Amino acid sequence: MNDLTQPGMPRTAVDPMLPLTLAGVGFAHRGQHLLHDIDLRLGAGRTLIMGPNGAGKSLLMRLCHGLLTPTSGTIRWNGRVPNPPLALRQAMVFQRPVLLKRSALANLTYVLAIRGCPRRQRKARAQAALERFGLAQLAQRPAPVLSGGEQQRLALARAWLLAPDVLFLDEPTSALDPAAIRAVEEAVDHFHHSGTKIVMTTHDLNQARRLADDVVFLNAGRLLEHSPAERFFAAPESSEAAAFVRGELPW
Amino acid sequence: MPIADNAFATALTLIVTLDPTLLNIVRLSLQVSLSAVLIAALIGLPLGASLALWAFPGRGAVVVVLNAFMGLPPVVAGLMVYLMLSRAGPLGELGLLFTPTAMVIAQVVLVLPIVAALSRQHIEALLGEYREQLASFGLGRARMMPTLLWDARVALTTVVLAGFGRASAEVGAVLIVGGNIDGVTRVMTTAIALETNRGNLALALGLGLVLLLLVACVNAAAHLLGERARRQMG
Repeated sequence: MNDLTQPGMPRTAVDPMLPLTLAGVGFAHRGQHLLHDIDLRLGAGRTLIMGPNGAGKSLLMRLCHGLLTPTSGTIRWNGRVPNPPLALRQAMVFQRPVLLKRSALANLTYVLAIRGCPRRQRKARAQAALERFGLAQLAQRPAPVLSGGEQQRLALARAWLLAPDVLFLDEPTSALDPAAIRAVEEAVDHFHHSGTKIVMTTHDLNQARRLADDVVFLNAGRLLEHSPAERFFAAPESSEAAAFVRGELPW
Repeated sequence: MPIADNAFATALTLIVTLDPTLLNIVRLSLQVSLSAVLIAALIGLPLGASLALWAFPGRGAVVVVLNAFMGLPPVVAGLMVYLMLSRAGPLGELGLLFTPTAMVIAQVVLVLPIVAALSRQHIEALLGEYREQLASFGLGRARMMPTLLWDARVALTTVVLAGFGRASAEVGAVLIVGGNIDGVTRVMTTAIALETNRGNLALALGLGLVLLLLVACVNAAAHLLGERARRQMG
């Protein structure tokens, strides 16, 4: 990632962000408790958040990323309260990628501009990112007309330019065909190998087996399990997780 | 209809020969309405975007008032500005009544609510789509505004053109604050009303044709711009 790292941007090596620690984190909306007492400690590697629909996976991710504020409990990045400089070292890719109504290239130069990259460097960096994610020939195409897989790769290319220490991915492959899923997984691998912490939600058990270093399992707003991936799939601790791994979603 | 036919032919002659009286009226009309729309856009677009972006006590009331003022009758707007600018009014000392500046002010009062209210709706819809992603980039509300205004530019161009349509077509406000003074504050709509009353159908019809042509040109330009932008943006 060093070739695209922005000058002056703090990096994990000199100023570690991890571990991410949640203590007693809860979230309620309009009197409804959606997450209860989450205690969690995330270190480096690829964390997959799993659980049935409505378990609170996306919500947990939004709380970690700072898009929502917990109604109880605390979140700490290496002991520090979330703050704007720490938020700038994170990126998030959504289930339905939110792309600006501009060309693919302009979507990338936009993030470079808002992060203060000098104008003369933007185009070259954006084109390098498009090439890295196999989108070079689509540079001038309007982002909204790209296919689902292309849009998701563009969202990943955009996140790449942000050179995040932590990347959140909210079910990034849920609506994609197998080829597009493979491309997204390769992109996630790029991030992982460049030292970016991955936190990702998925419903896809096979994908979780391929990608996960550790698994966080949620059900009905409660954290039931956080364990290394091998142990989670071989011998899940909770009956709900065991049913989930067998493909029998608990309700 | 020999009178109408004759008037129509004379009207066309006035246009084709670039009659100085007609040209002066058209020039002043464009000057007043374009100035009013420019000022209304400069205030109304950020105002609409701010209303979409920030929540504050009384925001709902502001939105309702703006929406209601979209239908403000031009004569009422004219009367309000007249009372402000008349000798006894709070701004009477400026001596602006019966000047093109007064007409610009009256038209700004008419156009501003349209631009602000409609841009708020468009920006709010786009914000619903963009909010999480822009927040994820670390942008605060103030820094989201230029992005939203730029990405909603096609819809906002239509909004500004709707404002221009309102400004160029109204009679009541400019008549009250401008006074329809020949060569000074006479614009197309007030001239059409006056010349029709005086039976000078040729000039009235000529001005009417120019006004129609102008509106058609503006709409064609908006359509072409919109199509181009849609092709670029998908």
